[in-house]
Amino acid sequence: MRYLLRRTLHAVFLLFGVSLLTFLFSALAPGNYFDEMRLNPQISREAVSALRAQYQLDRPLPIRYAHWLNAVAHGEFGFSFAYNGPVGPLLWVRARNTLLLTVTATLLAWLLALPLGIWSAARFGQIPDRVLSSATAALLVIPDLVLALGLLILAVRTGWFPTGGLVSVGFESLSPLQKLRDLAIHMILPVIALVLAALPTLVRHVRASVAEVLDAPFLRAALGHGIPQRKLLYVYALRAAANPLISLFGFSVGTLLSGSLLVEVVMSWPGLGPLLLESILARDLYVVIGGVLLSMIFLVCGNLFADVLLYWADPRIRTAASAK
Amino acid sequence: MTVPRKLTRWLIVLIALHCVIAAAGFFAPYDPVEQDRGRPYLPPMRPHLIDAQSHFHLRPFFYPLRLRQGSFDQFEEDTAKAVPLHFFTRGAAYPFLGLVPTRLHLFGTTGDRIYLLGSDAYGRDQLSRILYGGQVSLLAGLLGAGITLSLGALIGITAGYYAGWRDELLMRIAELFLALPWLYLLFALRAFLPLAVSPLEAFLLVVIVIGMVGWARPARLVRGVVLSAKERDFIRAARGFGASDFYLLRRHILPETASVLLTQAAILIPQFVLAEMTLSFLGLGVPEPMSSWGNLLATLQQYSVLVSYWWMCLPALAIVPFFLGYLGLASALQQRSAAYKIEEKSIWNPS
Repeated sequence: MRYLLRRTLHAVFLLFGVSLLTFLFSALAPGNYFDEMRLNPQISREAVSALRAQYQLDRPLPIRYAHWLNAVAHGEFGFSFAYNGPVGPLLWVRARNTLLLTVTATLLAWLLALPLGIWSAARFGQIPDRVLSSATAALLVIPDLVLALGLLILAVRTGWFPTGGLVSVGFESLSPLQKLRDLAIHMILPVIALVLAALPTLVRHVRASVAEVLDAPFLRAALGHGIPQRKLLYVYALRAAANPLISLFGFSVGTLLSGSLLVEVVMSWPGLGPLLLESILARDLYVVIGGVLLSMIFLVCGNLFADVLLYWADPRIRTAASAK
Repeated sequence: MTVPRKLTRWLIVLIALHCVIAAAGFFAPYDPVEQDRGRPYLPPMRPHLIDAQSHFHLRPFFYPLRLRQGSFDQFEEDTAKAVPLHFFTRGAAYPFLGLVPTRLHLFGTTGDRIYLLGSDAYGRDQLSRILYGGQVSLLAGLLGAGITLSLGALIGITAGYYAGWRDELLMRIAELFLALPWLYLLFALRAFLPLAVSPLEAFLLVVIVIGMVGWARPARLVRGVVLSAKERDFIRAARGFGASDFYLLRRHILPETASVLLTQAAILIPQFVLAEMTLSFLGLGVPEPMSSWGNLLATLQQYSVLVSYWWMCLPALAIVPFFLGYLGLASALQQRSAAYKIEEKSIWNPS
């Protein structure tokens, strides 16, 4: 338990650091949302400075940070100038869509990568393994931007998939089952793009760490004892190879979040990505900070989950933690 | 294939690819910003050797495109008028490799313009724009990697060599940077820099932003190397003879980190080229009329372009050979350092 507590504390510290860092950067930024207004002759100088005062942009940085932290504690994440409302609700809706995409993609990518990697490791150096290795290498050299664009072109040309958005027009009038189906159809393309971008790295790592374990004496002994190969691979070998893979899981959440940002913009999926892009172009400061922080929270949650998994899977960590 | 030979092979491929891009002015038939407003979105033209009357010609030629009768987006070749291709011909002026002003081009035509990869909305030659765009994207990647690796080496060496509170502080910050999803980090950094700037300033901004993002991983790797290197016998001996910190770092420790830095460079450069592409694609990077692989793709965000003009997707393919080359180089470098480790082991631990 001590171990998990330490990891949680570490996560909180990390979040705090990121919020401080983004806030500092934002203070260094030249220009803000009200600069454009100042150029407009119809808006008086007093009105602009009154607005600045209203949003406390004229206060010193530490006070602004304290105010903002207070707002975060209330789930508001500051105030959006462009949308004229608190950032929190704005982010939640978008974050839900982003999560829908990334969680599905993460699960799917790992569900595919594990058997593929193990299967490949079991045939290390043979033809099926080589074919799979070349396939992952080919996927690795196609950047995710190109992958997403290619899929979009495919959708446009064939008309098999919708080319963007979360749901169809008239979604409200559908029955629950049809709603689910509609949502699933819209998710197919972005999820494929994300999975294909993440898959090669995952498969390669699974293959490498399982292949390393397969040489271990205990597995040869187990094979000699007549334990069936499938059980050997998927239970004993996987268990022994799990440690680096679980750490990789934490990292894969970060990669998928980054990938999702891009895929969302390309496929016009109403997630955090398009919102972040819009707010950068509009200099909507708190939305940017909120978006970055929120993605960080997801990442930290993913890493904490990986830590819990590690604690559960690796007896060495359990005993080391309880011995202290 | 042996590792050194593999390494040389990938290096040759990469150098050749970079030379093509560096000499873009020579390979590109036209100036990348020269417009021909009367010929927007022309499909790619094919050079021929055999004409419509089945006569063979030694000199390649092409037929200019004209609108098909009764259509306004279908083109056909105007077989009445063959335009010959000239090689090593004189065309638009450009500085060769950015230095020598010249007019020499690999190929060109007199009169009608040839669009080997089609033309864009303003009738600009897509091939020339891809070649020149490569200069921007690759340079951004190379400079970004240079900044990142210098930062990473500096921070890694400081942390590893001096240890103590400096190590602790730097590695905590590195953890912070490592944890952030890189695209979000890129966005956040870009968000707080000015938006409306000249193309050159925008390019420099992009390079700096990209360079600032990735230092954490090389820094950690360098730190690891330095930590083990500074306890090696020959370095202790040098210190015993009174070598200064600076001398030790420069003469003995920096060379130890070279292999890690090289491998990291091979991994980082393509990533950074992609980062530039992503930023420019989203409109946060290099703006028009300068072309880069990212902003060439940005037109695909318009649905009509995506549906109707397939040759506008070609810039996406330009990056693939570079990715392949760098991937091969990185894996060859990794294999080489692994091979060295095994060799060392077999010399010092005969077991």
